[in-house]
Amino acid sequence: MTAALEVQSFNRSFGALQVTCDVSLTLERGARRALIGPNGAGKTTLVNLITGALKPSSGRVLLNGEDITTTSQADRARRGLARTFQINQLFRGLSVLDNLCLTIGERDGNCNNLWRTAGSNPAVIDEALDHLDSLRLVDDALKLVRELPYGRQRLVEIAIALAQKPRVLLLDEPAAGVPSSESHLILDVVASLDPGIAILIIEHDMDVVFRFAKQITVMVQGSVLVEGTPGEIMNNEQVRAVYLGQESQRHA
Amino acid sequence: MAASETINPQRKQARERAAAHLLSRHHFHWAEALPWVIAIAAFYVFPDRMTFGNQVLVMVLFALSLDLILGYAGIVTLGHAAFFGLGAYTVGLGAARLGWTEPISGLFAAALISAFAGLITGWFLLRYRGLTLLMLTLATAIMLQEAGNLRSDFSGGYDGLPGLEFKPLFGVFGYDLYGRTNYVYALVVLAVVFYFVRRIVYSPFGQALTGIRENVRRMHAIGSPVHRRLVTVYTIAAGIAGIAGALFTQTNAYVTLTVFDFENSAKVMVMLILGGTGRLYGAFIGAVVYMVLEDHLSKLSPTFWQFGIGLLLVLAVLFARRGLLGLLEDAGKYLKKKKVQS
Amino acid sequence: MPYYANIAVSILFDGLAYAMFLFIVSVGLSVTMGLMGFVNLAHGAFAMAGGYVVVSLTRSLGIGFVPALVIAAFAVGAVSVVFERGLYRRLYKATDLEQVLLTIGLAFMAIATATYFYGPIPKSVPLPEWLQGDINLGFRSFPSYRAFLIVLGAVLIAVLWYAFERTNIGAKIRAAVDNRRMAESVGINVDLLFTLTFAVGSGLAALGGGLAIQLFGLSPSFAVLYLVLFLIVVAVGGLGSFKGTLLAALVLGIIDTAGKYLYADAGGFFVYAITVAVLLVKPAGFYGRE
Repeated sequence: MTAALEVQSFNRSFGALQVTCDVSLTLERGARRALIGPNGAGKTTLVNLITGALKPSSGRVLLNGEDITTTSQADRARRGLARTFQINQLFRGLSVLDNLCLTIGERDGNCNNLWRTAGSNPAVIDEALDHLDSLRLVDDALKLVRELPYGRQRLVEIAIALAQKPRVLLLDEPAAGVPSSESHLILDVVASLDPGIAILIIEHDMDVVFRFAKQITVMVQGSVLVEGTPGEIMNNEQVRAVYLGQESQRHA
Repeated sequence: MAASETINPQRKQARERAAAHLLSRHHFHWAEALPWVIAIAAFYVFPDRMTFGNQVLVMVLFALSLDLILGYAGIVTLGHAAFFGLGAYTVGLGAARLGWTEPISGLFAAALISAFAGLITGWFLLRYRGLTLLMLTLATAIMLQEAGNLRSDFSGGYDGLPGLEFKPLFGVFGYDLYGRTNYVYALVVLAVVFYFVRRIVYSPFGQALTGIRENVRRMHAIGSPVHRRLVTVYTIAAGIAGIAGALFTQTNAYVTLTVFDFENSAKVMVMLILGGTGRLYGAFIGAVVYMVLEDHLSKLSPTFWQFGIGLLLVLAVLFARRGLLGLLEDAGKYLKKKKVQS
Repeated sequence: MPYYANIAVSILFDGLAYAMFLFIVSVGLSVTMGLMGFVNLAHGAFAMAGGYVVVSLTRSLGIGFVPALVIAAFAVGAVSVVFERGLYRRLYKATDLEQVLLTIGLAFMAIATATYFYGPIPKSVPLPEWLQGDINLGFRSFPSYRAFLIVLGAVLIAVLWYAFERTNIGAKIRAAVDNRRMAESVGINVDLLFTLTFAVGSGLAALGGGLAIQLFGLSPSFAVLYLVLFLIVVAVGGLGSFKGTLLAALVLGIIDTAGKYLYADAGGFFVYAITVAVLLVKPAGFYGRE
């Protein structure tokens, strides 16, 4: 069976600084993989390289066995690769519902239509509301995104990614910037996502990581340090030294 | 999750409300008839000011075309006069050099040529942002102007193509001394184009343009072909600007290379900003207010008029970023709030 | 001298003088735009203001041309700080459009003010004797004023290059242009740097405006007429690049002059064609960051 997503030895540098160094990574179908590592390890850069927001200096990336290395960001999204951003990237001046309808419109190619009235398709509205329903956002459907508190906006970020009906989903710190009282909702949502979707999550909270992930990849200074199951990672001396030690210091 | 079961009816209600809002929001609103009623009333109230009224209508159309790019897609251009000028010269040169004096087919020709220029330049330029894009759009308009000047034997140069004559509309309605035919002609063209623009703006494509304006990174991430969308709207806007330019030449029976001036690009932008961008009727309010003020004040003192426009721009940026229509909306909301409180 | 060689030398000489003018006015604009990404369409207005200060000082107060240039540069530089602190500062994080509108508004107001006080008719300026007439360099004579412009330009380039590349402040400016956040995190006060470069840039623009009177005459529309050229120099050279601005000023100055000598009807066509060609190949200009 071909993997949902396969990254083959990515390299990327900015000027003299090499931020991604021979990184390879595989997501099987339905994978639940966490990507962890100290700040500046190059995790978000990796997501940007996978989605095509950045071009790698060398290396390949395959989506369901197809080489997508040279395709555009939008093309990858249409092939079923979705992401959330570490810092919200939303249509702030539009309503929550419109954020979703627009996403569905672009997914289905409706946005090539210059003539029909937007929002006149009950099926689209229904689907958009279903996504909002699953994240308990229906009551906010008609509010402008910028009027929502940050935690609710974070949910919209996820709702948009889900509305893309992705086969591979990259979550870049989905609960970042959200008070812990609300973050559990976001993480519940993540935990209950369709088991058919392959998910890569970047997350700092180790409780979440160990609860959610079946595999973990640890990155340090642009390279993959080690990969394994949560149990293996927890007991890995290198990881403890480089990463967990630092984490526990931070929490202490 | 027992709680969610119990609030289900409530949630269903919320869903229905949201869906109903989406389905009905782009229906025709009675207030939308207002500008047209005013335009028709003006025809009867100011029969001797129809030449001026006609110029206002041309600028409304020009500003409307800019609103598609600037207001909806959020692309700043300093060279929109390029397409206005191309349209103006298409019918001007057609009449002067080819004897093509039938007005309606002239409008179509102008729209096609300008749209084609928009397609070609847009395809190259819309990859860029910021200062680079500003400079490239500006340079496009000036290059057309300089090219016209280079062949002033053909284009008439800055002296212009004078004394153009066009056939009567449909072979029946000829030019009259008070410009009444022209006014009606321009108003009908504006209404037809406006209908198309309104459909585009409220279409899924129009929604995608708004998305590009609101957050282009997210548009890429949800799989939107951003460049193609921008080139499409740029082409349409160029075509409409071309129609405005063609109307300008036909109704003035005169055109010079000054239509390509930077001032022309800046002026239409100022009108649009003044009225309010990204809201269809901003072009109407902005063009009318600007032209009427200019008509009165520039006769009194062109210097004070220029100072006033500058001051207005500064104030608009600092205090009224959504234009006059935005101010009106805010005032409306404020009054409503007061009513609720009392 | 053979006819064509003579023309070539004239083009080179006049082009060089023109390039110096473009460089003097544009370099400050380039650095401020590189620092803050601020689209400043009122830069031409500062140049125009400098020109009118020189006119007033020389005509009304009888001050010499060269001291008047210096006074104008300092005066306009000082006044520009008021604008920067009072208005520009509010819009650093605003969109291109808002910056464009604010600064076009300021330019319009400046033009109207100048028209009110000085009228729409172009002004000239009295030159000292040593700047009038021609200077003979052995093989040929050249207009003294343009020779003066070239020498002054060369001196300014040397001074600015030293300030930009060799001093502490210059290093800070370069660091901030390169990566503003990084510069701030190591304790560079970018706001203050910006005010400083804005003042220097506006002062240089005023100097350029004063120098331009003899070349093109000075009318209120100067603020917009030449603005496009300054912006083109900045865009083609690359935002915030000293080298780029110099190279762009030389290339565009000489090409524009050549175009006007050889093909008078073409006007500025060549400059714009070159601009479009350069920007399509290198969207960030010669030395800009992609």
